[in-house]
Amino acid sequence: MNFDLFLQYMVAGVTYGTIYGIVAVGFNIIYNATGIINFAQGEFVMLGGMTAVTLGRFLPLPAAILGAVLITMILGALLEILFIRWLYRPSVLRMIVITIGLSILIREVALHIWGESVRALPYFTGTSVTSIRLGGVYISPQVLWVVGISAVVVVILGGFFRYTLLGMQMRACAANRDAARLCGISAKNMVTFSFMLSAAIGALGGCIVSPITYVQYDSGVPLAIKGFTVAILGGLGNSMASAGAGMLLGILESLSISVLPAAYKDVISVAILLVILFVRPSGLFGSIEAARLKEF
Amino acid sequence: MRKQGLQIAGFAVVVAAIQLVTSVTGNVYHLTQLTMSAYYSLVVLGLCILTGYAGQISIGHAGFFAIGGYLSALLTTHDFSVHGGPVVSGLAAMGILTRRPDLYGGELLTVHPWPACIFAVLTAVAVAYAIGGPVLRLKGHYLAMATLGFGIIVYRIVLGTELVGAADGIYNVPAFPLLPGIAVSGKFSLRVMNYYVAWVFVILGMVFLLNLVHSRVGRALASIHGAEDAAEAVGIPTARYKLKIFVVSAAFAAVAGVLLTHYNGGIGPSESSVMKSVRYLAIVAIGGMANLWGTLLMSLLLNFLSLRGYFGTFDDAVFGGILILIMLFAPDGLLRRQLFEELKGAVFPAGGEKET
Amino acid sequence: MRGRNGIIVAIVSLALLVGAGVQAAEPIKVGAILAVTGPASFLGGPESRTLTMLAEEVNAKGGINGHKVELFIMDSGANPEKAVSFAKQLIEEKKVLAILGPSTSGETMQIKGIAEEGKTILLSCAAAEVIVNPVAKWVFKTPQKDSDAIQAIFNQMKKMKISRIGVLSGNTGFGKAGKGQIEKLAPENGITIVASEVYDKASTDLTAEVTKLKAANVEAIVNWSIVPAQSIVIKNARQIGFAGPIFQSHGFGNIKYVEAAGAAAEGVIFPAGRLLVADVLPDSNPQKAVLVKYKNDYEKRYKEDASTFGGHAYDAFMILAKAIEKAGSTDKEKVRDAIESMKGFVGTGGVFDFSAEDHNGLGIDAFELLTVKDGKFALYGK
Repeated sequence: MNFDLFLQYMVAGVTYGTIYGIVAVGFNIIYNATGIINFAQGEFVMLGGMTAVTLGRFLPLPAAILGAVLITMILGALLEILFIRWLYRPSVLRMIVITIGLSILIREVALHIWGESVRALPYFTGTSVTSIRLGGVYISPQVLWVVGISAVVVVILGGFFRYTLLGMQMRACAANRDAARLCGISAKNMVTFSFMLSAAIGALGGCIVSPITYVQYDSGVPLAIKGFTVAILGGLGNSMASAGAGMLLGILESLSISVLPAAYKDVISVAILLVILFVRPSGLFGSIEAARLKEF
Repeated sequence: MRKQGLQIAGFAVVVAAIQLVTSVTGNVYHLTQLTMSAYYSLVVLGLCILTGYAGQISIGHAGFFAIGGYLSALLTTHDFSVHGGPVVSGLAAMGILTRRPDLYGGELLTVHPWPACIFAVLTAVAVAYAIGGPVLRLKGHYLAMATLGFGIIVYRIVLGTELVGAADGIYNVPAFPLLPGIAVSGKFSLRVMNYYVAWVFVILGMVFLLNLVHSRVGRALASIHGAEDAAEAVGIPTARYKLKIFVVSAAFAAVAGVLLTHYNGGIGPSESSVMKSVRYLAIVAIGGMANLWGTLLMSLLLNFLSLRGYFGTFDDAVFGGILILIMLFAPDGLLRRQLFEELKGAVFPAGGEKET
Repeated sequence: MRGRNGIIVAIVSLALLVGAGVQAAEPIKVGAILAVTGPASFLGGPESRTLTMLAEEVNAKGGINGHKVELFIMDSGANPEKAVSFAKQLIEEKKVLAILGPSTSGETMQIKGIAEEGKTILLSCAAAEVIVNPVAKWVFKTPQKDSDAIQAIFNQMKKMKISRIGVLSGNTGFGKAGKGQIEKLAPENGITIVASEVYDKASTDLTAEVTKLKAANVEAIVNWSIVPAQSIVIKNARQIGFAGPIFQSHGFGNIKYVEAAGAAAEGVIFPAGRLLVADVLPDSNPQKAVLVKYKNDYEKRYKEDASTFGGHAYDAFMILAKAIEKAGSTDKEKVRDAIESMKGFVGTGGVFDFSAEDHNGLGIDAFELLTVKDGKFALYGK
């Protein structure tokens, strides 16, 4: 394999990786607040993309994206309020199963609203054939948009959790819910916020990747699966690490194509997930994780 | 024990009564979907033991079903005569390979369904053993994701492998002659017989599982579900029991996969999909989690309605909805055993027979 | 859409029937097993809408030979086991004259034997050649043959002096069947496949795959798939600077894929039935009237573009209707014979000439090489 080709695979890997990373960040936000994995996270991505395409018919692109993010955010809040908030000390099993059910329902509702057809937002810059040539490597401008916006999101999130009151409250809840409650933080509200935030990030992700990946009523699940893998790889709850893990998985997948039939690409990523789970059954980051697991 | 005997006998009477009613009312064709539901019930019952009694979630049981169904289908349709060699002729001499005509007048040399079935189920059991150890050490969402991951891997492999028909699956799977005169086959003329064959399997499965539940193992399982650490502390080898149950439930799924594949005459990748695993879980949930009879009833009902197309384009949505509603309002399952006891308690305040 | 018993029943407008005061002749029962939901919904969706529309249309005109059509559309979600269950249900319980569909080749093959055993006509809307080769007495199919589509592409390649190609295919039944045929026909046509990749139907980016092909120095890319990912293929190929011709299958015949691919779709060459270019066909073309009518009716009613998939269902329904008319009866055996002996039936897929050996009835002339010009389908080279 020559160097240009290697770089081209890397670019492809970074593209996949960023997409996976965005989904994983959404998982982490909810995980931190509630200790559960929201199996419907992929559906937020789908809803964001679908809503933006629909709004895009009468609104300019930035407004459509903003609208889609807001709508999905409200939906995220509604889901939490309707299906999670009022449960009294739900077990992990119970919450997982609820989010699985939600994922199925959202998908089916989307099918009956939007039909089975495929949609996409227009490219933010140029068209589908525009590419920027760097040496022997071609990069679509949309890839730069995706990587750029994702990077900005991750930085803003970092700042949000570190420096804003709301962010700090959310972190306090994640670290110790009872202690946070004693300090007068409403843990329940923090969970609702986390669903809103996670839905918004998922939706934004859905909008920015839709010119590349398209969006369809059932495009959430495959993304969610990749998202889990990345979230686990990076260590649940750690958004920065999952961005990096996303890149790692994306590049691995991309390079795997040069040696293996592409049909088994997904087998590889899921196998990685299993190996990580088996090798570090207490969670990637050791004993703190294990202790927390018991609690939820 | 006597009580379980009565339950089983009563159930056998119901099975026979359903058949008689359909033949009197002229609805014999309902038996087709009832037969298919019976096989799916085997998977669900196995999952019920694992999830309901031992408290271990699995979102990958369709994977075991597919391993059973696909292997049996592959071995009984793949023409080995093209390979030749002493091994093939040796196997043919032993009766493991048999000749049968194909649809178009040619001759196929394929594995006899019996050895194929045994091989398929043993493979599923071996896989369950291999992954069961590490998987069952996980808890909560890690366990859910690991079993989900296993299901996805099986799905991806059957979908990506040309040998097992990729997206088209395997078709023209022959009938399975269980005993002389008795075959698992979807032929219209064998419908009534197949109805009984399927339900005999379910009854045998029920007998096995009921005994298991009421044995030492069953009590150990209940303790694992209740508080695993406490169970471990009083000397119950939790890991070993969990693995045992995992393997048993995988074997149930694999047997169901083999039988349904021969009954339908084929299998497709959708049988290994995540949605299938989720459906099984939904049925266990609505059936009352740790309630074999309730699960069996719900499995029969929901599979029957689904296979007859009653849910139309809302098929998946129905199962998703069931999951959510049950988990929201009755997280211990709808037809949970306590429910009957509560009712019983209301009717006979002095307390009837205590069920464990 | 959901009728009683959950079956989506697009029935005889009973009201119309009573209103007209016509004494109802026994309705003709027709079943349809379609993947309306699930991974093949892009096939089943338009197929189901087409059939619903046609049944209403025919019934409004008084039915076939005075018999109304009663249509039972069952959603299999592309699950073979459901197709099996529904096929038995339709044959034995509903006692249908014929089953239209299934949408996918896998499901069709699973129920082929059931249709044979139940002596019920099966008019499949799936493409694989194994459905009709070898011929089974009761089984027909309406989509054109993959091998003819591939031959049409190879003929064009020979004109363009292309001999080294890269093949991409989706991991659906459609992609699998096409890949098999490409591999079979390439040597006969002096074409070498230097790289071949199968990708997932839900793929989101295929840069790595096309990079691999480009690295193998292919002169042209043939992509065989029916799913949205096929527009990703052409986009990614152009983005990494692949300049050679890109050929697609007839699965590309859906304007949504062209819109999704945007500028990358320009110049793509693919064989397809004439539905997509109905408006620009010369009036002398025998199919023009049928195509324009179906297209206009469908687009007016459903406010979405007609696709060739819906066209396959249209052909299946109309062939059956025509055969019933011709047989003058609803006897299964007679209607089947009428289909088998049908010649010169003008459908959306082409002009069908059935025979005892050919239960598809379409040849290579059913295909036209098309391309994309200014975001619209156009006849290639014209």
